[in-house]
Amino acid sequence: MRDVAIIGVGMIPFGRRDEDSLMDLLAYASLKALDDAGLGDKSVNAVYVGNMGGGIIQHQTAIASSLVDRLSLLPAAAETVENGPASGGSAVKNGLLAVASGYYDYVLVVGGEKMREVTGWKATDFVSTMTHPEVEYPYGVTLPGMAGMFTRLYMEKYGVTREHLTAVAIKNQDMGALNPYAHVEMSISREGILDSPHSVVNNPPVADPLHLYDACPVSDGAAAVILCPLEIAKKTGKPPVLIAGFGQATDTHTLQERDDPTDLKAVSLAAKQAFEMAKLKPADIHVAELHDAFTILEIAESEHVGFFKKGEGAIAALAGKTKLGGQIPINVSGGLKARGHPVGATGVAQVVEITFQLRHELPKNRQVKGAENGLTVNFGGFGNNVLAFVLRRVQQ
Amino acid sequence: MPLDMELEAVLRPPALEMKPYPPKVITLANGKKMVVREAKREEVPTLLEAVHPTLFIPRDFYDIVGARLYAELLAWYRYRVRNEYCLVGQIDGYLVGIVNGRMVDEKVGMSYHTLAIDRGLRIGAHLFAAKMEHHIEYLGQSEVLIVAESPIGFRRWMIEYGLEPTEIQHELGGPDSYRLTREMYFDSKPRLVVGDRPAPRDLLDYALENVFVADEETINVKIAGLKGR
Repeated sequence: MRDVAIIGVGMIPFGRRDEDSLMDLLAYASLKALDDAGLGDKSVNAVYVGNMGGGIIQHQTAIASSLVDRLSLLPAAAETVENGPASGGSAVKNGLLAVASGYYDYVLVVGGEKMREVTGWKATDFVSTMTHPEVEYPYGVTLPGMAGMFTRLYMEKYGVTREHLTAVAIKNQDMGALNPYAHVEMSISREGILDSPHSVVNNPPVADPLHLYDACPVSDGAAAVILCPLEIAKKTGKPPVLIAGFGQATDTHTLQERDDPTDLKAVSLAAKQAFEMAKLKPADIHVAELHDAFTILEIAESEHVGFFKKGEGAIAALAGKTKLGGQIPINVSGGLKARGHPVGATGVAQVVEITFQLRHELPKNRQVKGAENGLTVNFGGFGNNVLAFVLRRVQQ
Repeated sequence: MPLDMELEAVLRPPALEMKPYPPKVITLANGKKMVVREAKREEVPTLLEAVHPTLFIPRDFYDIVGARLYAELLAWYRYRVRNEYCLVGQIDGYLVGIVNGRMVDEKVGMSYHTLAIDRGLRIGAHLFAAKMEHHIEYLGQSEVLIVAESPIGFRRWMIEYGLEPTEIQHELGGPDSYRLTREMYFDSKPRLVVGDRPAPRDLLDYALENVFVADEETINVKIAGLKGR
């Protein structure tokens, strides 16, 4: 197996992009990544597209076939990868394996979603199609509903409070306010969303005990990466970023079948695999992008990947250990909470963000100083299909 | 052209006595303080400046709401609508939202429009709540008739307040009105109506003395930009 590096990344600002089609979003991000890699349109052998909802929301399938033509990349191989909110991560994995195997040298991976052309209710329903079709979906379970139940259990077991969740929300929105790619570029205050009696309107419950500012927005957006063998990447001008390790694990489809629903086994396993492959430990990671579709998930994942002991993630967040400049900066991009969560784009956007960090390209107010190793966790379903990647800056 | 006040007296509708809306201050999600107060008739030209850019923003039916609010405020300014009032929201002096309505009679209120010029902070929700507060608590009315002209409005008013449909034609000419009764208002009040009174003197004085309107580009971006929520 060959070592695989990232030689180009591209992302477009997430938000509500009424004027752009899904294909526009995918094309813009792809072109930025191709430009960044200095590839032009001649050398891409294969294209992997991460997308969850094109068939449902846009009534469009075979999206990769359409994109490869639109980008004039014919006759490159092209496939669409659908794996729920982990579609982006799965697309990266497929691209990684294709290059590592030696079959392709240059692969474009792009993830994108356009969710804002339907109402919030329909978007929530669309995301809920990943729940169990017999024992969950018919009873009205939604992802916010699942997250609410998960949070209640986590609160009971580990003493997590709304104060802890609020610390994550404020941190991620503060960082999103500094990120031009973020959907929500707005800081929030503890007074406004928790302490003031006016917070009852500002931050209403969405799925008790989760409130509005505990949840990510519904967004349009896309992100892309170009992968190639490390040996080729070393000849480019930019610091190559090696995909040093990856892991993927699954868990039961339904939460209630798990021995302990607060135990996100697939997160632990995926991260463990990624760390072992990279020959690194959690303590070696300098920056992480965790899948904070809800604030509780950032806390839980920070424990399950090994940054903190079980039950201590919330305390660490409140103590500022996960802020920029803290022990392990998490979601310096603003995370899904502020950057937004166009589901198929998220896993790729996380890899793009860590690449920015490891190339040391970000402005000082967002750059983790001297970052050499980064981690991403892309969380599909409610933790039933999880991908983790460990990225490493390669010294030239 | 000078007004013929004799004819003007015929054209101007008689008005009911309307109790004033006591100003309040709301802390928003970002920690900023929004002063909510009743606008004075002589402030209408400034309010129209703030509304004008929205006439050309089709997103979320802002153009319809903006155009009709513009006309309603102008009609109030020129004494062509009976018993109208207008409440405004200001942050650091800047107009961030405008709502209006009128008294049909002593008992029945008619909600007109809710325009949030800044978005993502639930300013529209806060100001609509203030409008209902005015009708029920300060004007002492029994019910308010409401319609929505956008899906966002329908979600915010009809669903969040659990309004009941009627067969009464709303003055805006669209579908039949929905009704907010005193009972429904007070049931909803704990979760939807907030604000500190008396409004701190310094914030209120600043808002009264400094009424700023954001430039057109800023208003466009806030309402219809990529980050619109």
